[in-house]
Amino acid sequence: MNRRKLIAKTPLHVTILVFAAIWIIPTLGLLITSFRDPTNIAGTGWWTVFPKLFSGGQYSLENYIGVLSGQSLGQSFLNSLIISVPATAISTFIASFAAFGFAWMRFNGRKVLFMLVVGLMVIPLQMTFIPVLPIYKKLQLAGTFPGIWLAHTAYGLPLTTYLVHNFMAGIPKDLFDSASIDGASPFMTFWRIVIPISVPALASVFIFQFLWIWNDLLVALIYLSARPNVAPLTLSIANLVTNRGQDWELLTAAAFVSMALPLVVFFSLQRYFVRGILAGSVKG
Amino acid sequence: MAEVTLENVTKRFGDFTAVKELTMEIEDGKFTVLVGPSGCGKTTTLRMVAGLEEITEGDIKIGERVVNRVPPKDRDIAMVFQNYALYPHMDVFNNMAFGLKLRKTPKAQIRERVHEAADLLGITDKLKSKPRELSGGQRQRVAVGRAIVRNPKVFLFDEPLSNLDAKLRVQMRTELEQLHHKLQTTTIYVTHDQVEAMTLGDRIAVMKDGVVQQYAPPQETYDHPNNQFVAGFIGSPAMNLLPAQAASENGRTVLSSAGFRIALPEARSKQTLPSSVVLGVRPEDLDGPAPDAEGTITLTVSVTEQLGHSLLVYGNLDETQIVASLDPHRRVEIDSTIHLTVNLDTLHVFDPESQETLL
Repeated sequence: MNRRKLIAKTPLHVTILVFAAIWIIPTLGLLITSFRDPTNIAGTGWWTVFPKLFSGGQYSLENYIGVLSGQSLGQSFLNSLIISVPATAISTFIASFAAFGFAWMRFNGRKVLFMLVVGLMVIPLQMTFIPVLPIYKKLQLAGTFPGIWLAHTAYGLPLTTYLVHNFMAGIPKDLFDSASIDGASPFMTFWRIVIPISVPALASVFIFQFLWIWNDLLVALIYLSARPNVAPLTLSIANLVTNRGQDWELLTAAAFVSMALPLVVFFSLQRYFVRGILAGSVKG
Repeated sequence: MAEVTLENVTKRFGDFTAVKELTMEIEDGKFTVLVGPSGCGKTTTLRMVAGLEEITEGDIKIGERVVNRVPPKDRDIAMVFQNYALYPHMDVFNNMAFGLKLRKTPKAQIRERVHEAADLLGITDKLKSKPRELSGGQRQRVAVGRAIVRNPKVFLFDEPLSNLDAKLRVQMRTELEQLHHKLQTTTIYVTHDQVEAMTLGDRIAVMKDGVVQQYAPPQETYDHPNNQFVAGFIGSPAMNLLPAQAASENGRTVLSSAGFRIALPEARSKQTLPSSVVLGVRPEDLDGPAPDAEGTITLTVSVTEQLGHSLLVYGNLDETQIVASLDPHRRVEIDSTIHLTVNLDTLHVFDPESQETLL
């Protein structure tokens, strides 16, 4: 890199570093605190571990064992999974079909329907609680997993459909012509060509939707309840803050339990954010 | 293999007529090129034959069968697209095999046909590669291979070479020629490049505004263009078109304007011409001054271009720019005045109103 470029890019790099630090430092504090025992936490700051960072004895897994068994966060972790994975999968699945239809199939009212779906994004989901809850009660969906899958799918679909649609609409038309000459039915075209090409888009939508559901407190609070057998992590942690607000060792460990999975999901799927699988199919 | 017949085929998009009452017969096994400027309806015509575009009026027949309502997959055609349109997530083998798989062709046969086609195109070592790992020329070969493996009745090419660089384009052009020679499949090829049209086509259809201007073997469109448009479109550099006055003197037709006076030989003077005409002379038909020449044009040289095999000389005659293709070893100075002899046997005369060829 020549000097001019370096100078031009320096403010950018500094900004990025500052932002990264603002996010990372508290997280690091959280992580270290979650491995220290309560007396140490009360006595000294987390940064005091640095001079003897790798010496044993000052860390323990006690806090994690405590939250996972004693505070039944283990069950909540499972509940969060049971809620997030199907809800995300269902909405991504439906969105991919809908997006294909809106992008590439010819039928009457296509534009109006699409605008309607996209328009739903402007409705705040809080507005829907009052009319929807009585229906949930009547259908006995309140407090059940299928009930919250349905709710999350419905709230997520406008945005996910829109995002996947934008990607699919960008697939070159020639590919569809080519497929139709090759003899592929619309479903075959969708399944064998559009879906594989759309993997990066579907993956990123999956990540967004998954993180949103995993971190959701409000929808879970309304449609489920804080009963331990169904409550997700967010609800349990919120309870923990109310009940054991002074016990930092538990709160920090619980926070890390809730962060672990999103991190895994993000790092395992992040290459899809970067890689454009389309490169090479069409010139330009 | 089969012939393709278009009868009064019309295509309208709303108010816009893209193709107007096109009637054309494409013989079995022949290579036909649709050529014309962009927007002339050539690609629309091709897409109608493929079944990717509905026909507003008229009939298209492949062999004896009217295919107006037959979906693309059942027309027994294969198409190569300008952008290759390869499936980016499949390797070369699967790109080529996809159509056969959908038709439930036995696996062994698929493998045999794909390998045969890959062999023919010299891409056997690329069968496991993804399209993005290939160069432009290789991608285009895969696209052609995908068409070959199906062994269709008709090949359709939509500007397949226009994304390649100049050198590769020439190479692929000759490969396509050889391929057609080997396979002898009826081929319809769309291009805007008249050189491609001339070199590849058994017959070429020159189109403009949705209408075929001339449908003839390439040499005939060059030697005997139907009208002024074909005359200007075929040939490079383009034919010089000069407004002139026609008169008859001693049984010979004389064409004249400010810069020239050309008396046609008696053999070409039999027809009565309107007083105002357009004279058409190809750059190749303008040459150095022959001592006893009948018709000469005098012009002041503004630009010269040395091409090695010829020397292009540009100059102005009144308002009109003229280009002449001369012997490359001749020395021509800019701003000098030169005399050029017109080849009287090959010059063309057009009607300025209808633009039809008169002579």
